[in-house]
Amino acid sequence: MPDIVCKGISLGYGGKVIAEDISFTVEEGDYLCIVGENGAGKSTLVKTLLGLESPIKGEVLVDSKISKNSIGYLPQQTELQRDFPATVWEIVLSGCGKSLFFGKKQKAIATENMKKLGVDNLKDKCYRELSGGQQQRVLLARALCAAKRLLLLDEPAAGLDPVATNEMYHLVMDLNKQEDITVVMVSHDIKAAVRHAKHILHLGDGEMFFGTAHEYSHSKVGIRFLNSDKCGRCGE
Amino acid sequence: MISYYFQFDFVRYAFLVGILIALCSALFGVILVLKRFSFIGDGLSHTAFGALAVATVLGVSNPLYVVLPVTAVLAVLLLKAGQKRKIKGDASLAMVSVGALAFGYLLLNIFPASQNVAGDVCGTLFGATSILTLSTFDVYLCVALALVVTALFIILYGKIFLITFDENFARSMGIHTGAYNTVVAIVTAVIIVLAMNLVGSLLISALVVFPALSAMRVFRSFKGVVISSAALGVSCAAIGILGAVVSSVPVGPSVVAVNIIAFLLLFAVGKALKRE
Repeated sequence: MPDIVCKGISLGYGGKVIAEDISFTVEEGDYLCIVGENGAGKSTLVKTLLGLESPIKGEVLVDSKISKNSIGYLPQQTELQRDFPATVWEIVLSGCGKSLFFGKKQKAIATENMKKLGVDNLKDKCYRELSGGQQQRVLLARALCAAKRLLLLDEPAAGLDPVATNEMYHLVMDLNKQEDITVVMVSHDIKAAVRHAKHILHLGDGEMFFGTAHEYSHSKVGIRFLNSDKCGRCGE
Repeated sequence: MISYYFQFDFVRYAFLVGILIALCSALFGVILVLKRFSFIGDGLSHTAFGALAVATVLGVSNPLYVVLPVTAVLAVLLLKAGQKRKIKGDASLAMVSVGALAFGYLLLNIFPASQNVAGDVCGTLFGATSILTLSTFDVYLCVALALVVTALFIILYGKIFLITFDENFARSMGIHTGAYNTVVAIVTAVIIVLAMNLVGSLLISALVVFPALSAMRVFRSFKGVVISSAALGVSCAAIGILGAVVSSVPVGPSVVAVNIIAFLLLFAVGKALKRE
C-alpha cells in the first residue's frame, strides 16, 4: 500500500470550503511538493494528513505501518518561537517524546539527527541566537526524531536567504534519497519544487494538478506558474 | 532580630504561604510570558476583585468559594478567546477586567459590609495586611494548592515544553493541547486567587511576570529559565516579606519592589555577559 492515499477530499473551516476534490497518492520513498497560491489550503492539507484537522468530505488513508506518532512534522515557525529561551539540545530532544526524562536511546537518536543536519556543534546554543537557516535545521532535526518514514514539511525555506534556502532543499533531498524517507513538502518556490520533487500537487481555483514534476512543467497550470515555456527538468 | 518576628505564628504562616505562592507564580509565569499571556494575570485578578466584592456583599462565609470558580471559568474562556474569537484576547481581557473592577467597587459602596469601605478596598487591591491575617484553614488550603500546582508543573514538564514552544508540533505528537491549555488556565486562576492574599489584586502580574522575565535576561535554556525563575520568585518573596515585617510596610509593594530590583540586576548581568 502507498504511504498516503487521499480520495476526493474537500478542505475548509467554519463551513467555508477552501479546496475541493483533492485526490493523490504518496508512494513509499516519494517526494511530493504541494504548491499553489496563498490561501489555497496547502497548510490545511498538511494538517489534514497529520490528522490535526478532518476533511469536510472524502477520506485520507495513511499506511497502518506509519502510526500517527511516527510522522515528522515541520510546522511553519511562529512569532513567539523567535525569542524562545531553549537550547538546541532541548528542542531536538523534545521530538523524541513527551516524557520528563529521556533515556540513552532517545539521546542517541537526538545526537544522530543533529549530526545528520550539521547542527551538533550548536548543541548548547540558544535557539533565539541562531540564524534562520540554523533554526530550520534544528526544527528539521526535531522532526526527524519523531519520524520513522515520513516527513511533512510546511514551507521549510520560508524566510531564508537564497544560500540557506538552497541548503535546505539539498538537505531534504538527501534525506529522501539516502535515508529513504518519504517527503511531503509545502512550498511556494515552484521552480525549486520542480527541480527537486518527484511529484507535484498544485492546489488552486479549478486548477488542480497532480502528476510527476516533469508532467507539471509541461502542463497548462505548470507553464503559467513557472512563468516560462521551458521545462525545469528536461530543459525543453 | 529576625528570630524575634518568627516567634509569631502569623509571621511564620505569612512567610510559608508567601513563598509557596511565589514559587507557583514564578513557574507558571514562564509559560504565560512565553505564550504572550502576561496580561492575563492582571485581567484575572481584577475580575477576582469583582467576584470578591460580590461574595462580600452576599456575606459568603469564605469568599474563596465564589472567587475561585468565577476566576477559573473566566481564565478558560479568555485563553480560548485569545486563540480564536473575533474580539482579540487582549481587547476582551481589557473589557472584562476593567468592568469587574468598576462593578465590584460600585457594589461595595452601595452595600457597604463594613464602616471603612475605602480601607477594605485598598487592602484588597494592594494586599495591605491580608497575608498577616490568614486563618489556619487558609494556610492549609494555600499549602495544599501550591504543592499540587508545583507537582503538576514537574510531572507535565516535557509536555509543557513541547506545547509552549510549538503547539502544532505538539499536536502532531498526539498531545491534546486543548486539554493542557485548559489546565494551564485553571492553574493560573488558582495562583491568581491565592496571590491576592499576598500582594493584592493590582500587583499580581508582578509576581507572575518578573521572575520569568528576570531569568530570561541571563539563562538561555528552558530548564535554566524555569529553575532560576522559581528560585528568584522564592527569594524575592522571602526578602520582600521579611523587609515588610521588619520595617512595617505593606507586604505586596515590598515583594514587588524586590522583584524589580532583581530584574534590574539580572538585566545588567545579561548585558555584561553578552558583551564578552
